[in-house]
Amino acid sequence: MQSKMKINKQLLNWRKYIVYIAFVLVFITFSITLNDSGFLTSNNLLNIVRQTAMISIMAVGMTLVISSGEIDLSVGSITALSSIITAMALQSFGLFGGIVAGLGTGALLGLVNGLLVSKVLIPSFLVTLGMMEVARGLAMWISGTAPIPILNQSYNFIFGSGSILGLPMLFIWTILCVVMGHFALKHMKFGRKVLATGGNESAAKFSGINTKKIKLSVLVISGTLAGFAGMLYAGRLQAGRFTFGEGDELSVIAAVILGGTSLFGGVGTVIGTIMGSILIGTINNGLILMGLDVSQQMIIKGAIIILAVAFGRKTATK
Amino acid sequence: MTQTILKMEKINKSFNDVVVLNDVDFELKKGEVHALMGGNGAGKSTLMKILTGVYTANSGNILINGDPVRIEKPQDAQNAAIAMIFQEFSVIPTMSISENMFLNREELKKTGFINQKRLNEQTKELLRELNIKVDPNTKLEELSVGYWQMTEICKALSQDAKILIMDEPTATLTKKETTVLFQLIKKLKSKGISIIYISHRMDEIYKVSDRITVLRDGKHVITSPVDDLPMKSLVSHIVGQDMGDSFQWKERKNPFLDESNPVFEVQDLHSGSKVNGLSFKLFKGEILGIAGLMGSGRTEMSKAVFGIDKIDTGTIKVNGKPIKISNPQDAMNEGIALVPEDRRVQGLVLEHSLRENIMLPILNKVSKLSVIKNKSVNDVSERFIKKLNVKTDDIYKTMNLLSGGNQQKIVLSKWLANDPDILILDEPTNGVDIGAKSEIIEIIKELADQGKSVIVISSELSELLAVVDRILIFKEGKVDREIYRKDIVQEEDLEHAIQNEN
Repeated sequence: MQSKMKINKQLLNWRKYIVYIAFVLVFITFSITLNDSGFLTSNNLLNIVRQTAMISIMAVGMTLVISSGEIDLSVGSITALSSIITAMALQSFGLFGGIVAGLGTGALLGLVNGLLVSKVLIPSFLVTLGMMEVARGLAMWISGTAPIPILNQSYNFIFGSGSILGLPMLFIWTILCVVMGHFALKHMKFGRKVLATGGNESAAKFSGINTKKIKLSVLVISGTLAGFAGMLYAGRLQAGRFTFGEGDELSVIAAVILGGTSLFGGVGTVIGTIMGSILIGTINNGLILMGLDVSQQMIIKGAIIILAVAFGRKTATK
Repeated sequence: MTQTILKMEKINKSFNDVVVLNDVDFELKKGEVHALMGGNGAGKSTLMKILTGVYTANSGNILINGDPVRIEKPQDAQNAAIAMIFQEFSVIPTMSISENMFLNREELKKTGFINQKRLNEQTKELLRELNIKVDPNTKLEELSVGYWQMTEICKALSQDAKILIMDEPTATLTKKETTVLFQLIKKLKSKGISIIYISHRMDEIYKVSDRITVLRDGKHVITSPVDDLPMKSLVSHIVGQDMGDSFQWKERKNPFLDESNPVFEVQDLHSGSKVNGLSFKLFKGEILGIAGLMGSGRTEMSKAVFGIDKIDTGTIKVNGKPIKISNPQDAMNEGIALVPEDRRVQGLVLEHSLRENIMLPILNKVSKLSVIKNKSVNDVSERFIKKLNVKTDDIYKTMNLLSGGNQQKIVLSKWLANDPDILILDEPTNGVDIGAKSEIIEIIKELADQGKSVIVISSELSELLAVVDRILIFKEGKVDREIYRKDIVQEEDLEHAIQNEN
């Protein structure tokens, strides 16, 4: 039986790296077929990074949420509300006020999600499904469905179009969030508690872990990061809009699951997640360069996600 | 009774060059309960998986009523009238008994709809035959697991099974349900049904089976009528060596005993509906046994004092000082540890590795500024693996790849790593093979000798009697009786005291 297990283990490992394998395959394919369209130019590659930044950042929070056995469907809508509140706060209170307002919006909505899940004991799927509507509705209402322009150029530099030493700010923010998320999940007490809560909530409780507090925390973190992603949308497009982040929750969840985090909790990896997010971003980018229209892009993107998850399924369920 | 219904001859099975079964013979007579025993990895479950068509043997014959049969897939086993009653029940709780029984083979009316009336009648008839009084329309989720199992058994019988394989059938049953199951087994025997009975629980084996076959390291060791095989030699056949005297009780000198200063004291504890005014004391270096029927408040007491369940009223004192426990962290801070009843559900995160499980209660001890020090975790894990003789390749192995006994040792390790003074063990040897069982008993004794105070909650009286100094019998959420171990002559005395018969 020993050697059978060894083979299983190898198989399991192979599946664990499906997202990396898929990325390499997709990257090579695009490099060859789309060379003439400029896929490999540094400008295009930086473009991919810029386009995926928001998804990647939300996906870091989502990795924690899903690892703890919960889900957050409200992230896309939170970005919209946060972008609008940030834009308004920037007009009235300046740069610092705008930053606080954006992060605060995300944190507050995350806190409401977290309290409803951990104190009122409503499943996170339902809480955040409701919050998805509430936040989007608020965004529309407050903005009167009109974009709110951001004229603060230093804000737009820091959270949008700026770059330092050739690195786009969006890329720097992404790396910062990924590094912090990875460290928290992999090397800190907090991460162990999150994974134990998602792996077996009862055993976690019996081990002295306050699982309610963990669930509250991950939802607050996810909300805050979504708020931050909203600030980046606003900075990049120099306006707050209620349409930002529409459907992002699905891309975010897809990135997390593609990366090897178990949809059922207990197994999670931030590095995998970021790879998942970049993979989706690369596919998007490649399909646009191929000249496919949006509907065709959606079909191919969806099919690739299903395929990759199907191959990686063992890691997702085990 | 003498007719042989099943014969397995010279069964061999290897997985990638590792021999799991080596020329194993097994024989089952009509109307017989045949216990199949052996430690973890002895080959019991592989043999049964061959019989039920999950695996195919590399060589060997299977004969049913003298005729050779080929069992290569589960359907073949069903055709050969063999059915397995699963340890983890394969019923659907949201469906009724009759819906479960005829799942996927529902009889249809001419219109193509399910003939529910007919199914109910058939189910009712079968239930009546077996003396089970329950409405076939009841949804299983409204019934206890005892009925789930009976539904499984009935399902097998309705498919004309003649050979039933029961794997640890009493693991999830209460004492009362176990009694009902044993009556049912008797009934089945009288109808000529043969049963292969797999269990680690010695007392049950002796109560229910006619013959015993022992496997060890993939080889057949002995087949014997149960009356010719006393427990002591059975155990040595299973383990492959003389177990020594770990199940033998010796009066223990408690060098720490100070009856004026209890380490742990519970006064008039009320919690939920099951704990109604419990009071008891625990002394330093003592092993206190807690016995009682299911629902007598044993497990509920442990959950209350560990901060899992809410304490309604009552006082808990540690070293004479009243303390407040409102969550497990409070209890842990007072030096209390609880090894819970169900290791798979409450004790472990099964898909995580051994070291990840061990570190959970001691996260504060193995981290600095909230960052986990991997070396500390690994050191602690290695130390306990060695100390408790856990069989594993390394500390990164996933828990669900370990055997029950080794899993239980990890739950123990996890709590011993926190260095508690008061250790509460709820059914510490449940579903653990005999070798690991005696090792766990030795560990408990050793802990007490080091001055730790241990509470052992157990339904297995032989185990309690082997290890404790004093026994409390719980009844309806209170302490009903207190007995010193030295005053108990034989197991029956304790059994009577629990049943409150004498």
